Amino acid sequence: MDLRGKKVIALGERDGVPGPAVAECASRAGADVVLTLTACYV
Amino acid sequence: MPRVTHVTSEGMPVIRAVSLVLAHAPSLVRLGSKPLRVLREIDRPIEFLRPHLRDWDAACTYAPNQVFIGNVDVDELAARPTPWHRHPIAGAPRFGPDGEIMPEDELFGLLAACDPFDLLALDRDLADRARAALDAHPIVGADSSRPAVRAGMTAQALAERVDKHGALPILGVDGRLLGAMLPGHDEDDTLTGQVLLENLACKATAALALRHLLARPGAIAASDVRYVMNCGEEAVGDRYQRGGGNVAKAVAEWAGCERATGSDVKAFCCGPMHALMLAGALVRSGLQDDVVVVAGGSLAKLGMKFQGHVKHAMPIVEDVLAGFAVHVSRDEGASPALRLDAIGKHEVASGSAPLAVMKALYSEPLGRVGLTLLDVDRFSLELHNPEATEPAGSGNVPLNNYRTLAGLAVVEKLIPREGIDDFVRRRGMPGFSPTQGHIASAIPYLGHARRGLTEGRLTRTMFAGKGSLFLGRMTQLPDGLSLVLERNPSKGAR
Repeated sequence: MDLRGKKVIALGERDGVPGPAVAECASRAGADVVLTLTACYV
Repeated sequence: MPRVTHVTSEGMPVIRAVSLVLAHAPSLVRLGSKPLRVLREIDRPIEFLRPHLRDWDAACTYAPNQVFIGNVDVDELAARPTPWHRHPIAGAPRFGPDGEIMPEDELFGLLAACDPFDLLALDRDLADRARAALDAHPIVGADSSRPAVRAGMTAQALAERVDKHGALPILGVDGRLLGAMLPGHDEDDTLTGQVLLENLACKATAALALRHLLARPGAIAASDVRYVMNCGEEAVGDRYQRGGGNVAKAVAEWAGCERATGSDVKAFCCGPMHALMLAGALVRSGLQDDVVVVAGGSLAKLGMKFQGHVKHAMPIVEDVLAGFAVHVSRDEGASPALRLDAIGKHEVASGSAPLAVMKALYSEPLGRVGLTLLDVDRFSLELHNPEATEPAGSGNVPLNNYRTLAGLAVVEKLIPREGIDDFVRRRGMPGFSPTQGHIASAIPYLGHARRGLTEGRLTRTMFAGKGSLFLGRMTQLPDGLSLVLERNPSKGAR
């Protein structure tokens, strides 16, 4: 997937991959991360 | 050169005693945060929930709850048929080596006895039943110097409190008005009846756990407890200081620890790990000989996953409040040592990549004292009961964490890739804790670990808690802290 120039909402999970880690990957792939959130399901 | 003092396991603080309690609270499930919000539009939410609310016998014979109070071993639970709610342990006792599963009537009595401002009023019949039952309790009975359970009110007087004075109605599973919780102030959102009932539930279950701890044979005398640290979730305070705190002191007072002071430690669900570390540090420094760490249950988290339970036509298993107490003391030559030289921390710069977090919490602190993951007999991580979380689509949290940990062991070439399942089975355990946040985060295995490290076959256990700091919207960071408990050096390794 080419993320260059795309706006991305990074949704992560505490016990999986947290939001900031998703955002970092998307950002390095050229995306514009507009929102980063992490969910905690417990 | 500055002189470096290396800390060894000799002279480390020890975990002298542990108590873990549950209080069955089916009537309070409706007042959990999720049920309150989801069922707001429903006329009679208690009728909607009723088919899924268990009686006390079902909660008491529920295998995960029996593991929680120490009657059933974690390996025994892993071998039991599932779903656990369909395979009760017939005749399972209310009391266990670590604590008890208190019935709801007694919990209401306990709540009333823990309420110094008389804000909680109970129905007359319930108050009479609760008083009789609580007075006969072996640990917090009539002769335990606790406040009495006051006389209840008529249904009419309770209804008046609700209608005219803004009290929170507390309905029983049968729909009858069981009680009412008055607000503490007319214009303070932090002192509403709902908030105060949550705070009171936290205080009462922590106090119950502390009383259990103090009732153990050979336990520290209440009058010798000089410092209590609370790490429960509730931010007790008022509108000018929402998390003002010191539930610790309120709990110490109720438990008769007359010479104690204390404070609260907050770090979301990681609070207990920080509190145990700080307690150990206070003891190690010589400032205190003994510190007791306590936490009560979270009413807000009752029924947190209830929609999944309703959808799957199963009982709402998040119907218990939890509490614990831990006595951290100077080394007496027998209890498991808390290794202050092997504390794992998620630091600000640790980042949020799963492997980096795992290294910071596990392999780095172990490596610091010359150990690897394979030197730990059991890891206690997130212990949320999967039977509570999976029906709601939240997955098996303990299993996911154990598999990630096993993945770290593969990366560090300690085990082959095909050894992951065996690592998880031998060094992990099934989740058995109610979804009570801070308590489910590693704490419920403490009683088992203490027994295994003193009388059993364990040499070393590791506890790791995680906190979702980002939920408070002040940082994107999570939190995490790990602790190593070891067989007392004077007892020798097995």
